[in-house]
Amino acid sequence: MNPLKTFATATVLLLTASGVAQAGATLDAIKKNGFIKCGVSDGLPGFSYADEKGNYSGIDVDVCRAVAAAVFGDATKVKFTPLTAKERLTALQSGEIDVLSRNTTWTSSRDSAQGMNFAGVTYYDGQGFLVNKKLGVKSAKQLDGATVCVQAGTTTELNLSDYFRTNKMKLTPITYDKSDESAKSLEAGRCDVLTSDQSQLYAQRIKLAKPDEYVVLPEVISKEPLGPVVRHGDDDWFDIVKWTLFVMVNAEELGVNSKNVEEMKKSTNPDVKRLLGVEGDKGKDFGLANDWMAVVIKQVGNYGEIFERNVGQGSPLKIQRGLNALWNQGGLQYAPPVR
Amino acid sequence: MTEPIPTPVKPPFWNDPQVRAIVFQAIALVATVAFGLYIFDNTQANLRRLGIASGFGFLSSPSGFDIIQSLIPYSATSSYGRVFWVALLNTLLVSALGVVLATLLGFVIGVARLSRNWLISRLALAYIETFRNIPLLLQIFFWYFAVLRAMPAPRQSLSLGETVFLNIRGLYLPAPEIQTGFGWVLAAFGIAAVLTTLLARWARRRQRATGQQFPILSVALALLLGLPLLTFWLAGSPLAWQVPELQGFNFRGGWVIIPEMASLLLALTIYTATFIAEIVRAGIQAVSHGQTEASLSLGLTSSLTLRLIILPQALRVIIPPLTNQYLNLTKNSSLAAAIGYPDLVSAFAGTVLNQTGQAIECIAITMAVYLTISLLISLMMNWYNRRVALVER
Repeated sequence: MNPLKTFATATVLLLTASGVAQAGATLDAIKKNGFIKCGVSDGLPGFSYADEKGNYSGIDVDVCRAVAAAVFGDATKVKFTPLTAKERLTALQSGEIDVLSRNTTWTSSRDSAQGMNFAGVTYYDGQGFLVNKKLGVKSAKQLDGATVCVQAGTTTELNLSDYFRTNKMKLTPITYDKSDESAKSLEAGRCDVLTSDQSQLYAQRIKLAKPDEYVVLPEVISKEPLGPVVRHGDDDWFDIVKWTLFVMVNAEELGVNSKNVEEMKKSTNPDVKRLLGVEGDKGKDFGLANDWMAVVIKQVGNYGEIFERNVGQGSPLKIQRGLNALWNQGGLQYAPPVR
Repeated sequence: MTEPIPTPVKPPFWNDPQVRAIVFQAIALVATVAFGLYIFDNTQANLRRLGIASGFGFLSSPSGFDIIQSLIPYSATSSYGRVFWVALLNTLLVSALGVVLATLLGFVIGVARLSRNWLISRLALAYIETFRNIPLLLQIFFWYFAVLRAMPAPRQSLSLGETVFLNIRGLYLPAPEIQTGFGWVLAAFGIAAVLTTLLARWARRRQRATGQQFPILSVALALLLGLPLLTFWLAGSPLAWQVPELQGFNFRGGWVIIPEMASLLLALTIYTATFIAEIVRAGIQAVSHGQTEASLSLGLTSSLTLRLIILPQALRVIIPPLTNQYLNLTKNSSLAAAIGYPDLVSAFAGTVLNQTGQAIECIAITMAVYLTISLLISLMMNWYNRRVALVER
C-alpha cells in the first residue's frame, strides 16, 4: 500500500476545518463537483473491474452508477478511485471519496468505532478457501499446518485466525496488500491456500493461468454481508445511497426492469406508480428529482439485472443467486416499501 | 567653553533591538502553540463528528490475526500493543542485519573499485553503477517475484545432508536446543574474553617499551574459540539440534528464513552497499598519496600502511556519510509492506490501522518510532565519529 496516501489522509483529517460535512453538505458538494467520487476495488472481476480501455464494470460499480443516476439523472457522472483493502476506510473517513462500494463487510466496529454507515447489503457472502487440486484436500478441516495467502486489512484476516484457532490447527499466514499478489503467490506455490470471500475466490480463479487446476472448498466459515458505505454524520446522503439500493431491489420484486420501465409507468399497481414517480412526489424529501427512482432503473437496472449481468449467468463467473435471491424466492434480499 | 556631551537619548522601547528580539520570538512561540492547539482541537472535533474512536486504548485490545514471523511469543489472542513490538522487532532485525551486511559488502566493493587489477575494478564499477541506479522497490520485486519464486515446492526441497532445506517457503535450518550445562560454555567464553583483553593490553605496553611484537591475533582467536570448545566437549556437548521435518504441507521445527525477509534483506544490502562502496572509495582517495609514500619509505608494509596510516584518516571522511546510509537503509526497510514482510509499516501502520480505523494514532506512533530509531543511529555514529576524528595539535 502507499504509505504516502495514508499519511495524506491522516493529514486531511488533521487539517480540514470541523463542520465541513454537516447534514446535506455531501450532496451539495457533489452537485457542485458535478460527479460522485466512488471508491472501488483494485480489480475484482464481477464486482469492480476496469477493462483495457479503463471502463469499469461490476456490481459495486453499478451501485455507484445508480447513485449518480439518482443525483444527476445521468449514470455516467461517477469518478472511480481504485483502492486496496487497507486504503479504503481511511479514504472514506478523510473525504477522498463520497461512497465506498468495494465488497466491504458490514461489522459492528466499522459501524461504531470507525465512523462508517453501511447503506445496505448488495451481496451476501461468506469466506471460503481456494486450493490447488494437486494437494488432494477435500475439506478446510484438513488444512492443519498450511500456508495461507490473505489480503491485509480485511475481516478475512481475522476470520482465518479464528477458524484455525477454533479447530486447533497451525496457521502460517502471508499478508499481501493486493489480491493480485495473493493470486500470484498461490500459483507459484508460496502458499497452499488462498482465502477470501467466496465470490472473490471465483473471480480470482478466472484470473489464474490454469483456473481448472484450482478448487473452492465447500466450507463457508463466516458471514460477509457486503455493501456500500458512507461516512457517519450526514444522514441525508446516507438516505440517498440506502434508498438507491432499496429501489433496485423493490424494482425486481415488482417486475420493473430497465427495458419495461416506460411501459410500467402506465401500470395500475399503486406500488409501481409510487416507485416510478407517477403518483405522489418521492423526490422532494430526498432533495432529488421526482422521477429519480425510474431513472435509476432505466439507466442501471433492477437488482436482478445487475446481479445476472455482472456475476450471474450473463457473466463468466456464473454464480447462483443463492442467498442473494429475493426474500419471496428463498433468498435474503428484502427492501422496505416505497411509500 | 565646551559643549556638554549630550546624554544619549534612550530610543523608544519599540525601537530597542533587544526588546524587539524578545517580542518577535514570543509572537512566534504563541503562534506556533496556537496553531498546534488549533490542529489538536480541530482533529478532536472532526473525529467526534465522524464518530471515529480516538485515544490509545485500542493497544490493549486483542488483535485477532496471526503474523508470519515473530521474534517474541505471539498469537491471535495477543494485544495490538504486542503486534507493535513484534512489528518493531521485525523492522529492527532486518535493519540491523542489513546494516552489517551492507557495510561488509560495501567496504569490499569500495576497495575492489580502487584495485590496480583492471578486471576487479571494472567489475566493482559495473556492480555499483547497475544496482545504484535501479529503484529499490524494483529490486525487492526482482528478488521476491523473479528469483525466490523459482525455488522448488516443499516436497522437492533442495537439501543439504537432510538437515538444511531450501524451498519456495524459505530456508529451513536446524535450531539449537540448549541443554543443562550450556552455562559453563558461556562462562568459558566470558573468561576467554577477559583474558584476551588483558593480554592485548600487556602486548601493547610491551611493544611500547621494547618494540617487540606479540602475535596477538592468533593467540586471541585460539583463546576465544578453543576455551569454549574445550568446555563444550568436557560438559558432554550440552546442545541438541532440532532438525526441520516435512509434515503435511510444510516443514516443521527448526529455524526458517522466510523468502519475504530474504528478498528484502538481499535488496537492501545490495542496494545500500553500492552507496557505501562509493563512500569508502572517496574516503580512501581523500588521503593524500604522499602519506602512503611516506609510510612505505619508513619501512611499513603495505598492509600496515593501510591499517595504520590510510584507514584512520579515511574513516573521518567515511563515517558521516555512512551514517546517512544506515538511516536510509532503516527507513527503506519500510518497503517491506510491498511483499508482505510483517514490519512496522506493514503490520502496525497497515493491518492494525485498518482493523481499528485509528489512522492518526497508528501513523503518529509509527513516525515517532522511525524518528527515534534514526536519532539513535545518528547519536551512535556521532559518538564513533568523535572517537575516530583526528586530534589536531
